[in-house]
Amino acid sequence: MANAISSFKRTLRIITMNGKEVKAVIFQAAFFFLVAGGAYFLYHNMQVNLERQNIQTGFHYLSLESGFAIGESWISYSPSSSYARAILVGFINTSVVAVLGITLATLIGVFVGVAALSSNWLVSKLTSVYINFLRNLPVLLQIILWYTIVTSPRFLPTVRDFNGENGLEPFLGTIYMTRQGIFMPFFEADIGWLGAAIGLATGIFISIWIRYLSRIRMDKTGQQLPVFWIGTSFILVLPCIGWLLMGAPVGIDYPEMGRFRLSGGATITPEFIAVLFGLTIYASAFIADIVRSGILSVPTGQVEAGRSLGLQEGVIMGRIVLPQALRIIIPPLTSQYLNLTKNSSLAVAVGYPDLVSISNTTLNQTGQAPEAIMIMMIVYLSTSLTTAFFMNWYDKKIQFVER
Amino acid sequence: MKSKWTTAIAAAAIVFSSYSASAAKTVEAIKSRGELICGVSTGLGGFSLPDSRGKWTGLDVDICKALAAAILGSSYKVKYIPLSTQQRFTALQSGEVDVLSRNTSWSLTRDTALGLNFTAVTYYDGQGFMVPKALEVKSAKELDGATVCIQPGTTSELNLADYFRANSMTFTPVVIESLQELNAAFFAGRCDAYTTDASGLASTRLNDAPKGKSDDYIILPEIISKEPLGPVVRHGDDQFLDIVKWVIFGLVEAEEFGITSSNVREMASSSKNPNIKRLLGTNPGMGRNLGLDEAWIVNAILAVGNYGEIWERNIPPLGLSRGLNKLWSNGGIMYSPPVR
Repeated sequence: MANAISSFKRTLRIITMNGKEVKAVIFQAAFFFLVAGGAYFLYHNMQVNLERQNIQTGFHYLSLESGFAIGESWISYSPSSSYARAILVGFINTSVVAVLGITLATLIGVFVGVAALSSNWLVSKLTSVYINFLRNLPVLLQIILWYTIVTSPRFLPTVRDFNGENGLEPFLGTIYMTRQGIFMPFFEADIGWLGAAIGLATGIFISIWIRYLSRIRMDKTGQQLPVFWIGTSFILVLPCIGWLLMGAPVGIDYPEMGRFRLSGGATITPEFIAVLFGLTIYASAFIADIVRSGILSVPTGQVEAGRSLGLQEGVIMGRIVLPQALRIIIPPLTSQYLNLTKNSSLAVAVGYPDLVSISNTTLNQTGQAPEAIMIMMIVYLSTSLTTAFFMNWYDKKIQFVER
Repeated sequence: MKSKWTTAIAAAAIVFSSYSASAAKTVEAIKSRGELICGVSTGLGGFSLPDSRGKWTGLDVDICKALAAAILGSSYKVKYIPLSTQQRFTALQSGEVDVLSRNTSWSLTRDTALGLNFTAVTYYDGQGFMVPKALEVKSAKELDGATVCIQPGTTSELNLADYFRANSMTFTPVVIESLQELNAAFFAGRCDAYTTDASGLASTRLNDAPKGKSDDYIILPEIISKEPLGPVVRHGDDQFLDIVKWVIFGLVEAEEFGITSSNVREMASSSKNPNIKRLLGTNPGMGRNLGLDEAWIVNAILAVGNYGEIWERNIPPLGLSRGLNKLWSNGGIMYSPPVR
């Protein structure tokens, strides 16, 4: 009892004497109610507005038949599939172009960024032109420019031009580069190729593991393993084993001339090429500049110290300069990756069936604008947050560990 | 890009707009604003197309002018907002435009779930296909495996999928929102066929094909759908719905009675026919019923002429005959309920 009283007294003292905390709590609560109230008002307002205009609401439309066709899809899809599946097709198309774009933009960007520091006058000027020219042209313009180029009669023939006796000859006898897309041979659908894919994944995993083991070994004994050669042989040999075990298929699917187009094999559409080129090249210019400035930020004393230790230039770059530059590079690089992913929504301009394009069509056919916009926002937000989360984790991992 | 923002902003307008303020009185809003805001296409010859000085012409535009003349007394008090197929409904729902006069097909879903109301049909159309002559295609039934250029969010997009499914054929769509980009892609040879309403095909072939190349393209004989085109208004404003509907009916009725832009004044003052006197407001009552001036249809006819005049001014240059759109008394299905 006495205990309870004293604890009550203490509480009272905190509230009355330490007024700052109370104020803070009150402000926090007030702010929370303001935000929550505002959100509720907007939601309620929307509901009333939609109801007054007799516009349908809710997400039940997602399970209805979409009724429209989509030009390219990585999963099976037909007009009798549901709206939800159509949106999934769009999301996968967005992811494909974003992941490929990020990979290619990073490769080109690092190459150009390192070249920009070259002591060769011509190389450094050329890269400077590349960077400043491309990053100052709006990316939408670049995408439309690429689309105009890949569908222009000036540059490419049509499928029909390959027909008949006087027709054109496909590149290497099997690759058709046309205004309707690039048609080329591809592996015939067979489970055996899955074996090869599993082998490849295992090979990559094992080589990373070996690299890890050899580092521990080096720390202990100072001896180095030829990690590169061991890893490469695993990556090359394991897919072959997988392929052999699963029946060693040899079927290749060649494109065949039909009435209107080539069927079979693999097709890359002009829309995809335009979007991928536009996004990649635009982002690569930014990444190049980020890499260049990242490398420049490493004090020259570090390089000089490496040289006076007698290290080779390659080792100095790989072991001294790049790891330090990386710490500077990662945060702005993350924001470029996010930009590229979000810019992929410009694909709608040339008709690449990405998430925005398909969501817009869905919105238009069903009239459910708030729902469609909400789905788009959630998808982009979660994709961006996932990317940012991963990049932040990587950034932390490579920062200095101060002891 | 622009479209994405327009859609997003329009969607935001649905969220934010206060329901008490944007009450159902569209006519009051038009009168106090002093102009009618009319949603039109981004450029389709014969229906709505701006010239080099920004002056809009076409059948859909003339309907906007007739409405402005009937409501405000002047056909010049119209603001035209060009809208893509994707933007048009959200723009109307959110109140960005008063009326959508934009070669838009009437369908059940649009009339109900989208919160819109179709008023009357100004053009009975149907969907067709256009192909390059070089393909030597004679019928839409031969299009199995073709790549087809199409605008997104249209009934054409759905009809196309239905038609190919019904005939067990396959196709690959190329879907581009911007009409200009889509036309460019088709005429560059990206697609084997182009599909939209037959009137749109005729207009595109004539106005958008590379110079002198119109004859390299043919329109296939099949019409695969019914596309009744007409103006659309928001759900929930019956008075404005009535006005748009009856201005169109009035223009059709005027053609039937032989009232034209050149004789309308004379008819109004001297006609003995009670039907004509009632329509033209010489015998008052109809205007009052609509909540408009008694000279409502006289002003509209003075501005753009009767339905037949509107048609003759805009559509024959596309090479289209009047067909279904003739008056019912001449073998078509254009028919107005009685103005009384």
